[in-house]
Amino acid sequence: MDKSETQSTDSGLASAMEWIDKRFPASETFEYHMSRYYAPKNFNFWYYFGFLAMFVLVNQLVTGVWLTMNYVPSGDGAFASVEYIMRDVEYGWLMRYLHSTGASFFFVVVYLHMYRALRYGSYRGPRELLWLIGMAIFIALMAEGFFGYLLPWGNMSYWGAQVIVSLFGAIPYIGPDLMEWIRGDFLMSETTLNRFFALHVVALPLVLCILIFVHIVALHHVGSNNPDGIEIKKDKDENGVPRDGIPFHPYYTVHDIHAMVVFLFIFCAVVFFAPEMGGYFLEKPNFEMADPLKTPDHIAPVWYYTPFYAMLRAATFPLFGLSAKFWGFVVMIGAIVIPAALPWLDRSPVKSMRYKGSISRMMLTLFVISFLILGYLGTQAPSKAGTIAAQVCTAIYFAYFILMPWYTRVETTQPEPERVTV
Amino acid sequence: MKKVLLTLLVTLPVAAWSASASNWPMEEFEGDLQNLPSLQNGFKLYANYCLGCHGLQFQRYERTADDLGIPHDLAMKNLVFTDQKIGDLMTTSMPKEASKAWFGAAPPDLTMVTRVREPDWVYNYLKTFYVDENRPLGVNNKVFANVGMPNVLLDLQGVQREVCTDGVCDQLVLEAGTGAMTAAEFDSAIYDLTNFLYYVSEPARLERQRTGVFVLLFLIILGSFTYLLNREYWKDIEH
Amino acid sequence: MSEGAVNNTSGETDQENSTNSRRYFLIQATSAVAAVGAAGAAWPFIKYMTPSAKARAAGAPVKIDFSKLSPGEMLSPIVAWRGKPIFVVYRDQPSIDSLETDSGGLADPDSTNPEQQPDFAVNPWRSERPEIGVYVGICTHLGCSPKYVETDNFENTGQGGFFCPCHGSKFDLAGRVVAGVPAPYNLEVPPYRFESDTVIVIG
Repeated sequence: MDKSETQSTDSGLASAMEWIDKRFPASETFEYHMSRYYAPKNFNFWYYFGFLAMFVLVNQLVTGVWLTMNYVPSGDGAFASVEYIMRDVEYGWLMRYLHSTGASFFFVVVYLHMYRALRYGSYRGPRELLWLIGMAIFIALMAEGFFGYLLPWGNMSYWGAQVIVSLFGAIPYIGPDLMEWIRGDFLMSETTLNRFFALHVVALPLVLCILIFVHIVALHHVGSNNPDGIEIKKDKDENGVPRDGIPFHPYYTVHDIHAMVVFLFIFCAVVFFAPEMGGYFLEKPNFEMADPLKTPDHIAPVWYYTPFYAMLRAATFPLFGLSAKFWGFVVMIGAIVIPAALPWLDRSPVKSMRYKGSISRMMLTLFVISFLILGYLGTQAPSKAGTIAAQVCTAIYFAYFILMPWYTRVETTQPEPERVTV
Repeated sequence: MKKVLLTLLVTLPVAAWSASASNWPMEEFEGDLQNLPSLQNGFKLYANYCLGCHGLQFQRYERTADDLGIPHDLAMKNLVFTDQKIGDLMTTSMPKEASKAWFGAAPPDLTMVTRVREPDWVYNYLKTFYVDENRPLGVNNKVFANVGMPNVLLDLQGVQREVCTDGVCDQLVLEAGTGAMTAAEFDSAIYDLTNFLYYVSEPARLERQRTGVFVLLFLIILGSFTYLLNREYWKDIEH
Repeated sequence: MSEGAVNNTSGETDQENSTNSRRYFLIQATSAVAAVGAAGAAWPFIKYMTPSAKARAAGAPVKIDFSKLSPGEMLSPIVAWRGKPIFVVYRDQPSIDSLETDSGGLADPDSTNPEQQPDFAVNPWRSERPEIGVYVGICTHLGCSPKYVETDNFENTGQGGFFCPCHGSKFDLAGRVVAGVPAPYNLEVPPYRFESDTVIVIG
């Protein structure tokens, strides 16, 4: 291509863009969110997971649409249709494993994304609303995963859903009626399957997409936090550009694309070589069709719910005249919801763990360890020692939040730097 | 990064919950999906001894014959005993209600038995039937205690009895000459049968692994380019 | 590009030129590899939507017994081969004779389109045996199923034929399309063979 030809193509493109821009803010939107969105230049490893979560979402949406083409949401047909996809449909096995593995990886990246926020104080002002929207996404994602888990209509799907729905029976007065309302029947049945299908493939994906859109709008309005927890917008150059900011595009697009390929490598290694992941991503009893007369020997939810499930089981004694079952429910819901209060619990003068005191660091470490232990305990059959361990870990989990206003104020912090450190 | 590793370490080594609580010393089974003669023999054994009661209701004759390298006409002649067509699912013709009356429970479909339980379990189960006069059918099983299934392979294996020392019955002894096969032949037959079921549980397994190798190799190539591209752009940023 | 922390000196220098050409090359190379990946990733999604093993099994050869059919009749359409309706007509002698004399009103009287019938059916009656015609009962216009019209002055021949109610396409008793109707081709003849005098195997 000689120079004049290049120029004519370029001017052709430019005039096409001009035509579009007069009618739709294409360039403006791209600039606002990408090429003139200034992100701190010191992002580290922990800053990949937001983008990766979006990437997994796309994977779930696309493979989900394709699976829906052959899935049959009926009591007789659901289980058989999954095996039909696995055997008779071209590349059906791939579609199914991409979706089932994607579900687990969605939670992996979301948990790491949330940990990043704890580590660098990303929930602190002015990002309180960003954090709350994120919490809403987390809860919607848990619901999405729960509804989807019933759809293969395997025996673990069936009994796992039965147990989770029964949790709502712990609510005083309305509990039993609520359970029937959720199931639409007196036990888990095809009716339940049909409504879970509707929620899983239509309602919640829609909610998730809207919430994620709003999450990004909020993020780009307040600007990204960074590992130093300082506001880059406070130090701008003569053009109004933060001195520590770099355009998201191209610098973080090339960054994230590379991260995506690395992620895909790990993801595909699981999809192609260990889709069952030793019974954690696809559980053995789920290769048997749902049987209302036969409970699997050991029921546990999928791994990504087990920390909360372990906390539910840790409530073993009645309190204030209310049953242990009720308190288990309260503890579990509380554990899921309490992170939403973080922006108001953290009273530290600094945001990032880099400059917080030793108590904060210790509490975060203990919190992460107890969360992992709880996750492990939730996969195991209940035992006496396990219950005590779960109770201790539950106490630490809540202490991290409840004691935060105290320990973030009393500890000595280090001064934040003026500019970000790379 | 440490936390990621920690997550993996904590979650991975935990064995999946076992399907049965038997304390029989299990022999290990290593499936081999490339061994077509073994799979073909397993298919033949299954069609002759198992398919009458246990369907493979999600698997088709055609796919099985193709994957196992069996020509369709040969499969129709030697492996399809009902009036089914080559493209049909390998269902059993035994009516569910009748079988329930005969055996107390309908014989389960076995399409995914090696995924619900381990292949090891199936292999050991098939080898550990023994004489037990106290059971209605006169047989019991070491891996699946008080099983309701008769020992259909008795003629091949021969009579097995349990041997107890000090009240611990952890040995089975075969009465020589009572079966049509030698112990080694029988072991090999059971290996083939289990191998076949291992194949049926996930017929796409080989294709999956083969595809996976290409996908990962491709990602390494793509990753090298995205790495270089990223490094090139980040030269702009002051450190 | 000299915004924020981006360290770029202005002015055209040799160094910048080489940087730009390196970037250009890397972008092109990465895009090319990624395009291969995208195509590879799209393939399973495309392939997924082709007929499954179940659909192919339903498309397996089927037997049709027409022993109860007498001359001048058509077996009511049977949903048989690949889920498509199959017409089996038993033509009487006058019909066969009329097919052999080209009435002149047909678009493709000599069955020149090889897509529409197996080689053995390239003849005036478009079938293996003159008296038995086997056709896929789907109009070649937009896929409606034509109706069998027994006699009554069908296109001046006095013989029966097929009439599509959707858009008025007409075919003679050999499935040959009449000129001047929307349907472009003759009716499809499926691959079939006679297993006995009264049983055909389609597919």
